[in-house]
Amino acid sequence: MMKKYEGKTVIKLRVNGQDHEVAARPADILLDVLRQQLGLTAAKPGCLNGDCGACTVIVDGWPIKSCLMLAVEAEGHDILTLEGLGGRAAAQKAFVAANSFQCGYCTSGFLMVCHALQNHYSELPEEYVIEEWLQANLCRCTSYQELRRAVRLMYEQTPPSGSPRDSRPPATNVFPAGKNPL
Amino acid sequence: MTTAIDKSIQRREAWDKVTGQAQYCDDLPAAGMLSARLLTSTYAHARLRSVDIAAAQALPGVECVLTGADCPQLFGPLLQDRPALARDKVRYAGEPLALVVAVDEPTAEQALRLIEVDYEPLPPLLKPAQALERGAPLLHGQGSYKKVLEDIYPEPGTNIASHYRIRKGDSQSVLQKCAVIVRQCFGLPPSGHLAMEIRTARAEITAQGQVLITTSSQSPYSVRKQLAEAFLIPAGQIQVKTPLVGGGFGGKAAVCLEILAYLASRGVGGKKVRLTLPREQDMATAPCRLGLEAEISIGADQNGLIQAAELNYYLDCGAYTDIAPYMAKAIAVDCSGPYQIANLSCDALCVYTNHTYATSFRGFSHAEQTFCLERTLDMLAQKCGDDPLQLRLKNAIGPGCTTPTQVAYSAGLIGDLPQCLEKIQPLSCWDGGGVTKIKPHTVRVKGLACFWKTANPPTDAISGAVITFNPDGSVNLNTGAVEMGSGCHTHLNQILAERLQLSPDQVHVVAAPDTQVAPEHWKTVASLTVNMAGRAVLAAADDALSQLRVNAGLALGCPDAEIEIAAGRAFSKKNPERFIPFKDIVQGYKSPAGQSLGQPVIGRGSLMLKGLSLLDPYSGSGRTGPDWSLGAQVVEVEADLRTYTYRIISASTAMDVGRAINPELMRAVIAGGMAMGVSLASRESFAYNSDGIPLKPNLRTYKLMHIGEEPDYRVDFVETPEQGSPYGVRSYSEHGIIGMPAALGNALSRAFACRLNTLPLNPERIWRAATEGDS
Ligand code: FES
Ligand code: FES
Repeated sequence: MMKKYEGKTVIKLRVNGQDHEVAARPADILLDVLRQQLGLTAAKPGCLNGDCGACTVIVDGWPIKSCLMLAVEAEGHDILTLEGLGGRAAAQKAFVAANSFQCGYCTSGFLMVCHALQNHYSELPEEYVIEEWLQANLCRCTSYQELRRAVRLMYEQTPPSGSPRDSRPPATNVFPAGKNPL
Repeated sequence: MTTAIDKSIQRREAWDKVTGQAQYCDDLPAAGMLSARLLTSTYAHARLRSVDIAAAQALPGVECVLTGADCPQLFGPLLQDRPALARDKVRYAGEPLALVVAVDEPTAEQALRLIEVDYEPLPPLLKPAQALERGAPLLHGQGSYKKVLEDIYPEPGTNIASHYRIRKGDSQSVLQKCAVIVRQCFGLPPSGHLAMEIRTARAEITAQGQVLITTSSQSPYSVRKQLAEAFLIPAGQIQVKTPLVGGGFGGKAAVCLEILAYLASRGVGGKKVRLTLPREQDMATAPCRLGLEAEISIGADQNGLIQAAELNYYLDCGAYTDIAPYMAKAIAVDCSGPYQIANLSCDALCVYTNHTYATSFRGFSHAEQTFCLERTLDMLAQKCGDDPLQLRLKNAIGPGCTTPTQVAYSAGLIGDLPQCLEKIQPLSCWDGGGVTKIKPHTVRVKGLACFWKTANPPTDAISGAVITFNPDGSVNLNTGAVEMGSGCHTHLNQILAERLQLSPDQVHVVAAPDTQVAPEHWKTVASLTVNMAGRAVLAAADDALSQLRVNAGLALGCPDAEIEIAAGRAFSKKNPERFIPFKDIVQGYKSPAGQSLGQPVIGRGSLMLKGLSLLDPYSGSGRTGPDWSLGAQVVEVEADLRTYTYRIISASTAMDVGRAINPELMRAVIAGGMAMGVSLASRESFAYNSDGIPLKPNLRTYKLMHIGEEPDYRVDFVETPEQGSPYGVRSYSEHGIIGMPAALGNALSRAFACRLNTLPLNPERIWRAATEGDS
């Protein structure tokens, strides 16, 4: 017989290298638990249907849509959200340098995909691989050219060092290639 | 030398956005809040016999259930015609008719399923033409709406919510005599905004009666105004906050969720309530992009010089008007496109149907109007045997011409179309629009379209800016402009830094406007923010500068007229080695002897638009916006003649932006507009079944473009400064979208040798048009 769960159960989640205990209903999705219980709001709801990718986080190294994963399924896995990158990841610097966002709502999801991509491919993969990875996500503001550019720049970055704050360039930074970086 | 403009400065909030620290409305803590959910209509048009909420109310965890009976007011910025929750009748599928407030969303959703609605279906009106037929049922019976503004012209006894006319010259008799005449009909479907951030709002009413709203809105001041007027609350008792907005595109300018969130909170004694729409309701319930039908007649002489045009537009505004009458007005105001047409008649009607109601959408009806006009012009070029670009060039608006509303042309006011056409040629490798065979069944073709746009704000729209200083000499800029991705906060930062001769790093823009703190800014719409708020910022900067001069004069012991400001310092002109840094004078000045001199500096600037007028109801003459922006766009396709499929190779825009104060930011926003235009033209529409029920209100089946489908976007600028705007910059943020559908339609019509007069341009449509004649 199937076991029926009622009410909330305490589960353990490992997020950004830290262990947390949260109380979740069996039907609670990982996205809601991250946002509402842990205050990790970088991952965004955009459709709750697996279509937009705004909710993407990294689970055991893979980009996962956290609206499609139950919180209870995430127990025992290593979850990384954008907050866990601090400001150090090559992807983050590349997104700023390539002007890869406007409203920024899709940014967390795309960043997690790119960060996972870089962990899987140490060298810049072929364009079709990049497309395959990034096609899981939607952006309504940019032309996507900026996101392609960010992936290339990400692979040109030197490995992370120093504290996140230190690595932030001054805000007056102009885009690298002057008038049109593309 | 400029310190802050003409530079590709990165977005002010860039690092907040790549670290997840940027806060959008629903990122704010929600602990302890109640959740609200909406029950929406499953019929496009029906009488509500009864809505039984007893079972829902009885569910444990439910705090209150509201129906139309709980809110007698009608809403709308121009015509008050929309109930917050449907009463007696529903007028579109997706219309909210009940609202549940519960301890959490799952409970609220469970309660929704317990509400019993008894509908009596009525025949739906699904096209403007159908709604205009004699004897068509009236969606809003006589007297069921109230005019808010003067220039709305509903026609009682019909489904016409407003009507705008342009009469210039004598189009009728001139058109008949033209050597070449092209007449075409068009039909464009409604579609969605689909900002990635779903609409969301929160409300709370304090014991003192203070109404607190937090919302993802482009128009917090309109929220305050509409709530105050409808519920007779003193406006000062309403406080509206808008954190960063995750994309708006016009869709978050309508006041809709805030009213429901307020009602929800009121229903539970003022407790905090959060209302977030599921994506499906964000598409079917919240207002969408307009649909449009049109009949276009254009006449020219043998040389392709346009002599006259008659233009009829029927805007499908859906069940309620919201801002749609002004979108009809906007079509009339710019109906000629950026061309000289001496004899012109245009009727733009805003028509009720049983679709989801429409609100502003990027381009404010210009992309739709431009599609109809520019497709017709391409057919004219074909008839005259002209290069489409040459035809547009010889008809381009220029000195001596007037706009449809009879505003005299000047390059400073309107922009330079010939220069844009000049620049688009190398950018797009323009080849005259010819069809090039590259494989036995594959051709490459380019299509061209031009666009222009002015704005339609109220004639008394206002903006304001307050600047304060920090002890390090840096500045805080406080305006009511909402940052939703268009980069307005970065531009305002640049404008202020430039005027104060500071580095942009020393300017801090307050990220989240609050109506109680920030001076009112009409709305963050119409691409007018940089113009309007920018002018207020300049005034505030000048105000601060004069105060800084006084303090510096006292500190340096010389008259303030002798003080010069640069690089965060005040100098004595006569004696430039004597200077004092801002940080020592921004809070007044304390002399080495301890004497206090001067006053702390607070800069204030404000703006009320001047020189705008209502349109004459018969001729349409008048002036609605502070400036125009115009440009030319080309789309290149590779088309497979056997399968009716195509690939978009490149899309180019040459636009007169006045001055490229931040070239990269502007390029990206224009390219983003182009991307949206390509998506709109190639795949987007709300499909309805014959009962008027939307078929695919979700992102699984309503396909947006993904990476890998995008063409090569190219953007170039023409810079004809606009006289009245900050540093000459024109409105530019919506415009990338405007000509894209037309340019794509022109390219594909040439490729497949057929007339594509509808959207979206998918293979099935093209196949039909190519095999059955007109689409
Ligand atoms: S919210 Fe998860 S994919 Fe859209
Ligand atoms: S930046 Fe707005 S959705 Fe991607």
